Amino acid sequence: MSALEIQRVCKDFGSTRVLQDVSLAIDSGEFLILVGPSGCGKSTLMNAIAGLEPVTSGEIHIGGEEITWRTPAERDIAMVFQSYALYPSMTVRGNIAFGLEMRKVPKAEREAAVERVADLLQISHLLERKPSQLSGGQRQRVAMGRALAREPKVYLFDEPLSNLDAKLRVEMRTEIKKLHQRLGTTIVYVTHDQIEAMTLADSIAVMRDGCILQFGTPDEIYNDPVDIFVAGFMGSPSMNFVPAVLEGAPGDYRLRVATPGADDLLLPWPVSRETAALAECRGRTLTLGLRPEHFSEEDARLGEQAEGTPLSATVSVVEPTGADILLRLPLGDGEITARVNPDCRVAAGERLGLRVDMRRAVLFDPDSERRLA
Amino acid sequence: MDNVIRSRTPAARAGRLLLQAVLVVAALWYLLPLAVMVLTSLKPLDEIGAGSLLTLPEHPTLAPWLKAWGSACTGMRCEGVSGYFWNSFAIVIPAVIIATLIGALNGYALTKWRFRGAELLFALMLFGCFIPFQVILLPMAQTLGWLGLSSSRAGLVLVHVVFGIAFTTLFFRNFYVSVPDELVAAAKLDGAGFFRIFWRILLPVSKPIIVVSVIWQFTQIWNDFLFGVAFSGHDTQPVTVALNNLVNTSTGVKEYNVDMAAAMIAALPTLLVYVLAGKYFVRGLTAGSVKG
Ligand SMILES: Nc1ncnc2c1ncn2[C@@H]1O[C@H](COP(=O)(O)OP(=O)(O)OP(=O)(O)O)[C@@H](O)[C@H]1O
Ligand SMILES: [Mg+2]
Repeated sequence: MSALEIQRVCKDFGSTRVLQDVSLAIDSGEFLILVGPSGCGKSTLMNAIAGLEPVTSGEIHIGGEEITWRTPAERDIAMVFQSYALYPSMTVRGNIAFGLEMRKVPKAEREAAVERVADLLQISHLLERKPSQLSGGQRQRVAMGRALAREPKVYLFDEPLSNLDAKLRVEMRTEIKKLHQRLGTTIVYVTHDQIEAMTLADSIAVMRDGCILQFGTPDEIYNDPVDIFVAGFMGSPSMNFVPAVLEGAPGDYRLRVATPGADDLLLPWPVSRETAALAECRGRTLTLGLRPEHFSEEDARLGEQAEGTPLSATVSVVEPTGADILLRLPLGDGEITARVNPDCRVAAGERLGLRVDMRRAVLFDPDSERRLA
Repeated sequence: MDNVIRSRTPAARAGRLLLQAVLVVAALWYLLPLAVMVLTSLKPLDEIGAGSLLTLPEHPTLAPWLKAWGSACTGMRCEGVSGYFWNSFAIVIPAVIIATLIGALNGYALTKWRFRGAELLFALMLFGCFIPFQVILLPMAQTLGWLGLSSSRAGLVLVHVVFGIAFTTLFFRNFYVSVPDELVAAAKLDGAGFFRIFWRILLPVSKPIIVVSVIWQFTQIWNDFLFGVAFSGHDTQPVTVALNNLVNTSTGVKEYNVDMAAAMIAALPTLLVYVLAGKYFVRGLTAGSVKG
């Protein structure tokens, strides 16, 4: 049984359609991440689930029950807001207990719940403080505590970490993951940050302009993007898009990449990844998607055994990040980014031999932006 | 306070001195009428005609104050302004409380439970701030008659509440606009309803604007004369009306000292409110967002 199911939900603000036919379903205990550019309707969808904004059409089910027209209080949902929205006049204890108090939970039970949550989030020493006396990270914890005190069917997190500094964000991310593993809660989580999305999610929904473009596991979203937008949105540095002409015939497709001032490069398309759609695209310029990590430095010791298709290019910029080195190289009509081992000794302006793993490459139709193979 | 770096050249200092001198003179000028009132109210009647307005009383006396309070004639009766003074309180206190509460509820509903036409409704309510009092005297008298509230305290309270709501709604609406909507959303999800959210979440953060509303309403209603004279009965007149009657009742000699004392008694409560809460008034007017 799905914990949360959204069926063909549309939402209009006046004459603008902000959610367009959104459908998704997650199981109990699942961690769903909504990602997408600013203004794509993530918060609107969250508010629709929470019952803070009525939907224009469609249905929402929680725990098998239809709740489309129930009030927020009747939905058994807890939400953590980006701005935390702690009640300024109440202490941390009051904040955490408020939801229980409203639901007429006896005082002793409330106290126990506050203690449990405070222990879990390590905020026991802050219980008597007012929100204005807390740091950003502490407020964030209290906001989570307020949600965790009740045990609702679904938790909604709307960019809960975006007001924290980078280090704290990583720490809290890990903690949220641990909490989820420990408590097995069902969570819908909005973020801009695709690392957060990849690390936390059981499933990811990528949104744009009020539509869900793709709904799948992090692995599917990352390795099997349905279109150029999803492919470019997930991953950092993002995927390289190179124009390439499709040549050859089924069983022997090749992609010709023309780089100004260099010889054309011929990349064989793996037979295992051929699709029927390719036959109609022969002779057309398609968009080849290659992630930075699909490239590797040519290793002379491997010789003929080396995997991947060889190519060589003049490195224009070298950016060591510590864990690895990002290289900028001319390919196609622009520059691409390749990620290589940190022990690669190359300087800007030098020519470098690389190999590209075509088995992981993806092909898109540049007009419709949809995936071809 | 002194966090400004100033030029220390002699010319700059001279300029500052001049400025301060001007300010002191201006302040004295504005305080002059008050000084005249205080001095006059402490003089026996025969000293008033003898000296100038600003001469100090030779034989200071509190008799004019006592007379103004307890035995001066206001029209037919000669019981001073004390009864009317309490009348004013009996009108002002409920009117202030009710208008402030309704204004707070209005502001809350207009900003946090936005409904179709909320903006229009608010714009119309703002008109209430600009309606001249005289315009509504007759229709209001009519209405009070229908309601059976003519010449009663409750009627006067009603009039002041109706007039006050436009202002208090404006105050609270503008204050609540800066309170984040997420606060209300969070409370809704926590299971609180309309009044519970108002009472537990919004009102506790509204202190600065409550102070503004109370001071504003208090001074407006306390100082009102027109409604008081038009809608009150003999027993329910506010102190402003009594003061007018006292000054206009002439039985032989004009008792300026009693008049002045009565005027000061009538002005005292608003003055006190400003002294006690004035700093919150300024703070409330400039109060911004509430951090959650
Ligand atoms: N109350 C409203 N009235 C009219 N338009 C609205 C309203 N709320 C949101 N919108 C519009 O709906 C669209 C989606 O907004 P939403 O807040 O859901 O975006 P988001 O994906 O959460 O963006 P962000 O990542 O910046 O938070 C935006 O174009 C926004 O302008
Ligand atoms: Mg948002």
